[in-house]
Amino acid sequence: MFVIKYKKIFISISIFFVAVSLFFTLFYGLNLGIDFKGGSQLKVTYTNERPEVSQIKETLSKSNYGEFLVQPVGEKGIILKSRDLTESEKNNIVGVLTNSGKTALSIDSFTTIGPSVGKELKNKAIIAIVLVLIAIILFVAYAFRHVSKPASSWKYGLAVIIALIHDIIIPTGAFALLGHFYGAELDTLFVVALLTTLALSISDSIVVFDRIRENLRLNPGKPFENVVGESLSQTFGRSINTSLTTIIMAVTLAIVGPESTKIFSGILALGLFFGTYSSIFLASPILVIMSNPPAGGQKKR
Amino acid sequence: MIKKRIFAGIILIIGLVLGFGLFRSFSTGENVKNDIISRHPFKLGLDVSGGTHLLYKADISNLPQGGVNDSMDALRDVIERRINIFGVSEPIVEVETSTLSGVKEHRLSIQLPGVTDIEKAIAMIGLTPFLEFRTQSDKPVQASVGADGNVVIDQDSQFVPTELNGKYLKRAQLIFNPNTGQPEVSIQFDDVGAKLFEKITSQNIDKVIAIYLDGVVISAPVVRETISGGTAQISGTFTPDEAKALVGRLNSGALPVPISLISTQTVGATLGGEAVNSGIKAAVLGFLFIAIFLILWYRLPGIVAVLALSIYVIITLLLYKFIPVTLTASGIAGFIISIGMAVDANILIFERLREERAKSQKTADAISNGFNRAWLSIRDANTASLIVSFILFWFGTSLIKGFALTFGLGVIISLISATLITRVLLKALPSMDGTRLGRFLYNNGIK
Repeated sequence: MFVIKYKKIFISISIFFVAVSLFFTLFYGLNLGIDFKGGSQLKVTYTNERPEVSQIKETLSKSNYGEFLVQPVGEKGIILKSRDLTESEKNNIVGVLTNSGKTALSIDSFTTIGPSVGKELKNKAIIAIVLVLIAIILFVAYAFRHVSKPASSWKYGLAVIIALIHDIIIPTGAFALLGHFYGAELDTLFVVALLTTLALSISDSIVVFDRIRENLRLNPGKPFENVVGESLSQTFGRSINTSLTTIIMAVTLAIVGPESTKIFSGILALGLFFGTYSSIFLASPILVIMSNPPAGGQKKR
Repeated sequence: MIKKRIFAGIILIIGLVLGFGLFRSFSTGENVKNDIISRHPFKLGLDVSGGTHLLYKADISNLPQGGVNDSMDALRDVIERRINIFGVSEPIVEVETSTLSGVKEHRLSIQLPGVTDIEKAIAMIGLTPFLEFRTQSDKPVQASVGADGNVVIDQDSQFVPTELNGKYLKRAQLIFNPNTGQPEVSIQFDDVGAKLFEKITSQNIDKVIAIYLDGVVISAPVVRETISGGTAQISGTFTPDEAKALVGRLNSGALPVPISLISTQTVGATLGGEAVNSGIKAAVLGFLFIAIFLILWYRLPGIVAVLALSIYVIITLLLYKFIPVTLTASGIAGFIISIGMAVDANILIFERLREERAKSQKTADAISNGFNRAWLSIRDANTASLIVSFILFWFGTSLIKGFALTFGLGVIISLISATLITRVLLKALPSMDGTRLGRFLYNNGIK
């Protein structure tokens, strides 16, 4: 199987993407959305023509409500982000936007999240990610508990962890890039996309490992890397096809779906792509490398 | 074989009937439909139907340890009553607790579908007519020089709270002062409140008792004598309408706990409508793409998979109606993603089927073996997805719970649809062993 034969190349590709994503994440940083840091978000649509964004910013800067982030949406809408506003403060701002009622507009949505709620959500998100990782590792270790030779069950778990870290870092890096250029903000939906990616990526890895487990039993004595290669080629079509159908849905959702879940589905599609990559081209090669005897000389090529 | 085909036929007919019922419930005709499916409409979340979500924090610092839960339930009941007066359809009022850095916070989450005017909503909940009686303390009044140079007298500092508050209110009434003609609010305490009031007045003769409403003094009369019987008049500078509104609010139940607003969310109805339409568009388009792919790649079994997937979609949507599952934008996304995932088990089975056939087995045996061999993988792979949806459900704000629910439900239903429906349908197919057509139909890929 070419995946095992060229495992170093595939692992290098992963390392490259992880490094680039880490760079973006650290260099650009992540914009936290109001879900996590608290604040207000107001979406309005002008009935007629939308004033220039720069002009809106200027009028708002004269009010005493702190900093505003103004983003145009669609043809006539804007999204305004600020610190958490009270109802009367919001009404004052709408007054400013409508030029004291002279410019007609409609309020599409208004969300205010208090700082304590934001902090709580942030903690919960971190706990949820850690819980998912722990639960998955425990599950893999349990499901493969009877497999001991030549790679012990904890090695399957470790290979899965490495793949999962890969699956978290790459979408995060992509998100940092999106945040920098399009002002995308990290919200609870991003965390959901990430966790869904983890679930599907792990499903893929488990199917491959299941096959390895079965083939080890059917062919005792066969070199481990051959068994892994064979298992990979047997599950290859399935891995690609099932991910493909899910990616089709995610991409369709991102293109024609509701505005509020566009970024979510985009990140999910990207996550699914790299999640599939990691379960085919990363987890299994790592398993082979880890189970090679320490001398490691006998490479069958 | 005939038995298997009858069974498969029954499944297809059931699917067809359910699908027709579902389709019928979608169409919005003049004639009112009264079948069981139409009577269970989809339950749309606030972000889809439009509405307001308010999150209040309850200040429980003055409550005794054991009474917190009772007070929170009482708070919920009072607010539900208030909302019902205004005729909001299907409001949801829930008590929530959250532990933030070791401190337990008690919250009240209020969802008002169809209400898009927050101000109206907040007024409806009537931000605590939290009625409170305070007595004058011996401490001197605190005064300070404000930023503008004026002396600011902190009136609140001279009053201390008593045990007497709106909790002991029996009823309020609008009256007009016979001397001045000014509107006043007369309040009647219950037995405990009457005793408290008597005690407080007796201890504070010739002193001021301040009547606070929502933390603001509205009236500060001087006590002339002990008042027994439990009636008190609040005279403020009310207009008759204000006094009437106050009476209404007090009578609908004074809040047992003071609350403060910490989060709000309003979504206009147009934005929500767009979300549903584009969600349906994405689901239909995505489904078509997947159907084309499945039929081109897996041929005869592919057609079976498309049938099974259709039944999956029908069952899932019916379950959403009957459970009912509240559909939010993220929930709709979860459903759409789950269509892609529901194919997974089918594909696992078909790939196995192809392998088993390659070992030159008979098609019927290959189907049985394919299922048995694929089952372990299907089970393990779906367990991981279920674990994640459980954790998401726990993590959830309503936004995420919606996704977790549709996603998790999707995993379970797709398991059933793949192992039951796909299996029955596949087994009913003609085996066509040894013919070229059979080889073509059961093969897959671009070979």
